[in-house]
Amino acid sequence: MEHLKTQEGHAIERRGFIKKILQGCAALLFPGFLLAKTKKGRTKPWVLENGYNPAEHDWGMGININKCIGCGRCADACKRENNVPRAPFFFRTWVERYRIFENGKSLIDSPNGAINGFKFPADEKNIIRSFFVPKLCNHCDNPPCVQVCPVGATFKTADGVVLVDSNYCIGCRYCIQACPYGARFLDPRTRTAEKCTFCYHRIVKGKLPACVEVCPTQARVFGELKKKASPLVRFMRMNKIRVLKPSLNTEPKVYYANLDMEVR
Amino acid sequence: MKQWPLSNLWKKLPEQVRRLSILGIILVAFFLMIRSLLIPSDFGKFGHYRASAVEEIASLPMQYAGQMACVECHEETVTLKGKGYHKNVACEICHGPAAAHTRDPGSVKLTAPRGRGYCPICHEYLPSRPTGFPQIVSNSHNPMKPCISCHNPHDPKPPQTPKECSACHGEIAKTKSLSHHVYIPCTRCHNVPKGHKISPRKFLPTKPSTREFCGGCHAKGAAGEKGIPQVDLATHGKRYVCWQCHYPHLPEAH
Repeated sequence: MEHLKTQEGHAIERRGFIKKILQGCAALLFPGFLLAKTKKGRTKPWVLENGYNPAEHDWGMGININKCIGCGRCADACKRENNVPRAPFFFRTWVERYRIFENGKSLIDSPNGAINGFKFPADEKNIIRSFFVPKLCNHCDNPPCVQVCPVGATFKTADGVVLVDSNYCIGCRYCIQACPYGARFLDPRTRTAEKCTFCYHRIVKGKLPACVEVCPTQARVFGELKKKASPLVRFMRMNKIRVLKPSLNTEPKVYYANLDMEVR
Repeated sequence: MKQWPLSNLWKKLPEQVRRLSILGIILVAFFLMIRSLLIPSDFGKFGHYRASAVEEIASLPMQYAGQMACVECHEETVTLKGKGYHKNVACEICHGPAAAHTRDPGSVKLTAPRGRGYCPICHEYLPSRPTGFPQIVSNSHNPMKPCISCHNPHDPKPPQTPKECSACHGEIAKTKSLSHHVYIPCTRCHNVPKGHKISPRKFLPTKPSTREFCGGCHAKGAAGEKGIPQVDLATHGKRYVCWQCHYPHLPEAH
């Protein structure tokens, strides 16, 4: 402490001090430079093996209730395409039949998810309205199922599709409980959560999802949400659009046209 | 001897705290090691998920080949189908998933439904189906014949265009048959444009647009059969056209 009082000592001390400060700063910044280099590598667009860039797309589906004839070919094709168990209760997409009676009561049924179509109803008296509603995962922009997953096995990709990583899923069923649309189920073979993927393996190759592919009346429309020349954008421009349970702020990306207020 | 401030602090700590903190450091190191072993290396690369999971899902095999694949070989059938009512019905709806067939057309053959079971999935009458969609009641529609003996599924046409409105509007016809309006033909109130039978939604029939139209029978003092209920048009429900309150196909309904 003695040498601090002398003039020279002080000068030397200051030089050393500045030197050390600069060295320290350099040492602090050095890993930063390295990181910046890797970060630059990361900002390269993420492209899948077949050249598909998820960031360039934003998928959604439109369903026109007035066109649905309730044949259930979508539900059947979905099971075949995605190898879903044929037994009841396991559906990635299904069709519901709504019957609204004069006394205000409504009856909703979906025999085996409509994979074999519908039979003539036994009770068809006093119906005032009746129609079919195809349902599937809504691929919410704000998905409750992703929020509750404790391990990060379900996630939203850059193209807005909500996927399940079945190799990472622990089968805790939180997501099945959290989904307000009942779109998820536990696969009895793998004991992992399963749901609609918008046929992700098809859309990355430029094909339509299986349910859209086989819909005989074009009640289902699939396409980009943010490109003007897209069948879905046209569908949304030409029809009055509603989504399911808008009050939950899940921001679904399955858009219904001519949807009845009874549908929830 | 130069003394590091940290080692001074270390020596000043009570021994039990020193041992505890060594244990803590070991536990943290152990946790970090296990964590790095258990979490896949690509987890969190693009978000809170395994990046390779997207690649795995994207590389799943396809079952449905899509409409365009069929055109390559079966051009004639697809052209025929493209002109008829089934132009929007994809081949794979009836013939099943075709991806395996497009890869190996020789050994994987597709089937076609030939019985009476398949067509009614779309064409059996259901009250929930949209109006105008061609439907039959298969119990009364040539019960023993397979559909393809009369209809070509690649170019379906009804054997003849139905003359009766009830062919499509069965429910209205049934309701009207129970009402006092049973003997009034549909065309008395509806003008049916020519194209309506071909594209029912594009050419819509008209509805009576004035109160005087119904008033022709139902206004006070109008000529007609006895017993027709008559009202004074000047005072009865002035602002509305009659069918906004009364259902003309079953006017007795409440």
